[in-house]
Amino acid sequence: MATMTQEQAQTTQRTRATSIWRTLTPYMYVIPALIIMTVITYYPMGFNLWMSFTNYGITNLRLDAPAPDVVGLQNYINILTGEVAIPNFNFWYTLFFNLWWTFSNVIFHVAIGILIAVILNTQGLWFRGIYRAIFVLPIVIPTLVVGTVWRNMFDADYGAINQALGFFGGILGLPEAAFHIRWIDQVDPPIPFIPLPLAYFALLLTNIWLGWPFMTIVASGALQSINKEYYEAASMDGASSVRQFFSITLPLLRPAMIPAAMYGMIITFNLFNLIYFITQGGPLRQTEILVTTAFNLVNAQRLYGIAAAFGVFVMLILIGLTTITNRISKATESYDS
Amino acid sequence: MATTTASLSNQKAAELKDRAAPFVPKEKKLPLGKQLLLQALLLFITFTVLFPILWVLSMSFDPRGLRPLTLTLIPANASLDAYTAVIDKPTNNPVTFWTLAMNSFLLATSVSVLSVLIGVFAAYAFARFKFSGRQFLMLAIIVVLMLPSVASLAPLYVLLNRVQFKMDELNLIFFTIKNVSFNLRNSLIGVGLAMISGALPFAIWNLKGYIDTIPKDLEEAAMIDGASPNQTFFLIMLPLAVPALAVTAFLGFLTGWTEFAISWQFLTNPDNFTLAMALWNMTGQYADNTPWSKFSAMAILVALPVAAVYLAPQKYIVGGLTVGGVKG
Repeated sequence: MATMTQEQAQTTQRTRATSIWRTLTPYMYVIPALIIMTVITYYPMGFNLWMSFTNYGITNLRLDAPAPDVVGLQNYINILTGEVAIPNFNFWYTLFFNLWWTFSNVIFHVAIGILIAVILNTQGLWFRGIYRAIFVLPIVIPTLVVGTVWRNMFDADYGAINQALGFFGGILGLPEAAFHIRWIDQVDPPIPFIPLPLAYFALLLTNIWLGWPFMTIVASGALQSINKEYYEAASMDGASSVRQFFSITLPLLRPAMIPAAMYGMIITFNLFNLIYFITQGGPLRQTEILVTTAFNLVNAQRLYGIAAAFGVFVMLILIGLTTITNRISKATESYDS
Repeated sequence: MATTTASLSNQKAAELKDRAAPFVPKEKKLPLGKQLLLQALLLFITFTVLFPILWVLSMSFDPRGLRPLTLTLIPANASLDAYTAVIDKPTNNPVTFWTLAMNSFLLATSVSVLSVLIGVFAAYAFARFKFSGRQFLMLAIIVVLMLPSVASLAPLYVLLNRVQFKMDELNLIFFTIKNVSFNLRNSLIGVGLAMISGALPFAIWNLKGYIDTIPKDLEEAAMIDGASPNQTFFLIMLPLAVPALAVTAFLGFLTGWTEFAISWQFLTNPDNFTLAMALWNMTGQYADNTPWSKFSAMAILVALPVAAVYLAPQKYIVGGLTVGGVKG
């Protein structure tokens, strides 16, 4: 290649420069975000890991305070065995309650969501548009407001729930005093043998109100995509509408509903706003979930070392949960096509 | 991450509609008995949905204030007193509603705008370029997305608390300020930084999800015409991504507007408090002290701007909700 002209050499040089530039371009785009996240996201995460092995407390906060002692895995062990300086702290109860809370809510959300979507999808239904417009309201209200409002509604003396129950009970001839229900702070479980406080049912009620409209929106979208010919063929074969629901509607809703349910699970699992604002985890920490516990460890107790270790547990649990839910979502995607 | 369930099904709906085009479904008439039964059921559901909303509305106009003992839809002597009282001084702290609202607004706006502006570049790179380290970086972002912001409260609190200084005198060129003290943790800037640490990964992921759905044809055409990657980004991609930017910014704003855990934990000066904190301050720990009417008025004032914006482009946002996955 000795006969390369000057012009050719220039071109090669230029392409080489361009190609280096081309390789660097993606990094140029990523770097601003990367620098910021390194400083305010990843560095704190690493710091959190270090802090979880120390007895970092409120005395270490001062700038001239000595460094905290390294205590190894002690924080992790204390969390698992419940030896934390908080009354009624029980990691395993909280974890199981958190999971039960998630499943029980999402089952109601999906079931009610599908049911109402099917009703709204009925041909020839009056006022369909009005209902759809009203049913979206729970979604558009910030959960912070939903939580605080429902907390006040559950108030035993002046809350709307007891007053409404009293009103309907009055029609049936029941005395109003029968409905002085202490929704938030009654410790005795309402159903014997089931160790769930009344506050759990109050939260469940609130979250059902909050959660089903999203599922109805997803289900409505999927319902409209089901070909009507299936139903016509089925009714020609003499299948009842119940049979049609279980043999056509449900299987064809599945690909849309399962990812939505998985999404709902993650959201419900971390539903800080509702639980903190309605029960604050009470009574006796019986309605505490992982994120509210994490907040209480920092906010009320200022046990930063233990809170850091707890944060690591929460993260591991969520990585596990998200991996599982993603698997399930993916599995149904292939079912669809 | 969770897929776009809503938009996915919309897409599918459109597809199937095309396929079934020649088939015109005839509107079956619903038998009257069944119609009435369904209407009764739907009316009951409507009642349950509207009950809390009507309760708060009615309470906010109720001048009785302290001890609401019965339910009323339209209270006697309805007035706007609670609203004027709340706007003047929502809590016992000597701050007006407007101070709180301004704090919330500044916090929410800066967090959402900054995270979208920085995030869109990274999102473009992840969506359109293949480069070494891409997989690793995306995984690193997903891990952050899984982590609820409350779980990283402790390190952020401790670290931001280190950025503080105290001076007896601060000499500026023209004047001197005495007793200057600043603690990043105890400031709106610190809260904003803590919020961006979660909002930025969310924005990147959300925007990447949108850019992935934009066909590459236009960019390829631009490339063939000799546009550089930068030109393609600024002249082709950004205009196309405007709806996505708006939705992501709105979702970020919503998170910021109602953010509670970080600001409650970080801030101690009432001048820096946000609407969310004030609303929680007004919720009764002890029922006798609950300012029922003022609380209701406040709840409506906090929810109204969000609900109004939400309802406008609702279709896009409900779809967009699932794109970014799970940041709580």
